[in-house]
Amino acid sequence: MKTKFNWIFCGLSFLLGSSLLLTAGNAQAATDNSDQASLAMGSELFQIKCSVCHGSEGTGGVGIPLNLDDFLKTTSDKYLQQTIRLGRPGRIMPSFNELSDVQVQSLIKYIRSWKPEIKPPVYDQAHIVGDKEKGKQIFNSICINCHREAGIGGKGTGVTFSRPRDAEIIAPAIGNPAFLAAASDQMIKRIIMTGRESTPMMAATSMGLTEKDVDNVVTYLRSLGKDVKLGHDHDYEPGAAVLTYESSYSLEETIDNIKAAAIGYNFRYIREQTLNRGFVEKDQENKNQYLVYFCNFNFLNQVLSIDPRIGMFLPFRATIMKKGDMVLVMTVNPNYLCSLFNNAELREGCEFMSEKYEAMLEESTL
Amino acid sequence: MLMDTMNMTNRFRQLSLSVLLLLLFVYSAAYAEHQKLIMGRSVDAFPETMSALQEEIKKAGYVLSFVQRVDIGLTGMGFKTDKYRVVFFGKPEEIKELPEKYPELVPYLPLAIAIFAEEQETVLTAMSPDFLGPAYLKEHPELKVIFDRWKKDIESIIEGVCYQ
Repeated sequence: MKTKFNWIFCGLSFLLGSSLLLTAGNAQAATDNSDQASLAMGSELFQIKCSVCHGSEGTGGVGIPLNLDDFLKTTSDKYLQQTIRLGRPGRIMPSFNELSDVQVQSLIKYIRSWKPEIKPPVYDQAHIVGDKEKGKQIFNSICINCHREAGIGGKGTGVTFSRPRDAEIIAPAIGNPAFLAAASDQMIKRIIMTGRESTPMMAATSMGLTEKDVDNVVTYLRSLGKDVKLGHDHDYEPGAAVLTYESSYSLEETIDNIKAAAIGYNFRYIREQTLNRGFVEKDQENKNQYLVYFCNFNFLNQVLSIDPRIGMFLPFRATIMKKGDMVLVMTVNPNYLCSLFNNAELREGCEFMSEKYEAMLEESTL
Repeated sequence: MLMDTMNMTNRFRQLSLSVLLLLLFVYSAAYAEHQKLIMGRSVDAFPETMSALQEEIKKAGYVLSFVQRVDIGLTGMGFKTDKYRVVFFGKPEEIKELPEKYPELVPYLPLAIAIFAEEQETVLTAMSPDFLGPAYLKEHPELKVIFDRWKKDIESIIEGVCYQ
């Protein structure tokens, strides 16, 4: 009887054990599948939305390289998450605030998968209290050389190997309010203390700084982010989408005038064509709608080196068209288009272009 | 029990895939709401990507009218590439009709996609027609249908070049 009971007990134990093992295995399989699904989502999202600036393997492009060992070693997941959410106002990186938490986590998981041996750091959120004024002095004697005044970031945004650069990595905008909202004091301190390999950022000791100095610099940087509201660009007034002038001359005279005006403003004449050229046979082209192209190559190359994407609106094109008895001269308004790029460094160039375009249109129509 | 486990695993896989696709769909729709630029990166070199772009433009029912060089003098300025073009395209009937009805839209016609090399890969960029909404739709709300279609077509062209 006892033996029979033992057999039953053993059998039940075996069934229970097997069932527990299968359940555990099932849970493990579920976790693995969930990880795989998240990674697949992250990979897909990255290729569609991030790779265009950061490169298909995170090596950088218009945006910074993300797959550097030291970048992954020093940036926390929280920092990455906040950076994706907030972007960098005025520094190309848009805000992806509409992404769900699951999607953001999947992107981070994918970015981490490039170097799985690197464990993401977790930083204490405690604030560092130092001497702001001393930190400012240090910043203005050392850090400013790369990060520029108030940490607005190195000239040019991101890195691309296709355009001229002083350095392969552009010093980040560490005074940018979104950077300061994303990075904890401890993370900033760690980066200053250790520097970043493969970038010009040296370790604090190599710059002759003590830990106390670093605390002071962090305190100064933290003070820069105060009183700045994210997502607001109070100074920006884009104006109308199109600059339009009514000409006092005939269509032909206006075309001649615009050519003369553009050349007077150091633009080189490139070509002219009807608007519908290429869409109809030559003898059916509408001679009342003309496009005239000019270029100031020096200026074009300067703005392309700030942001290569702006080339989609270059070179300068004037539209001259007859509408009833009127002759209209129009161009796109560079000031209006500037906000497309989230790049504060383009602002000056856009204003310059808008002024020049207006001057040329005015001169050719009055 | 083993069969149950396998079925559960398969069901879980199917569920994961469904959730993934649903999330991507929701994501795309949400993203489309805010974006001002439509951009894509092709892992192919510039010449192959340029051919693919021209193919996709035709496939979407548009006529390619002109390819503008934007790269004259770039290498002389220190650029490592001189491959930068803007491809103009449109539908003949729209190029004929829209300027009559909406002359102030002409500076944005024909539609354009910029294409430039970045090392061995190629980047494509276009303005999302959404961006013109605030400037035109108040006075001409009927243009929304056209802007929406342009946007969908440009997205599909760039996706076709970069991700298929």
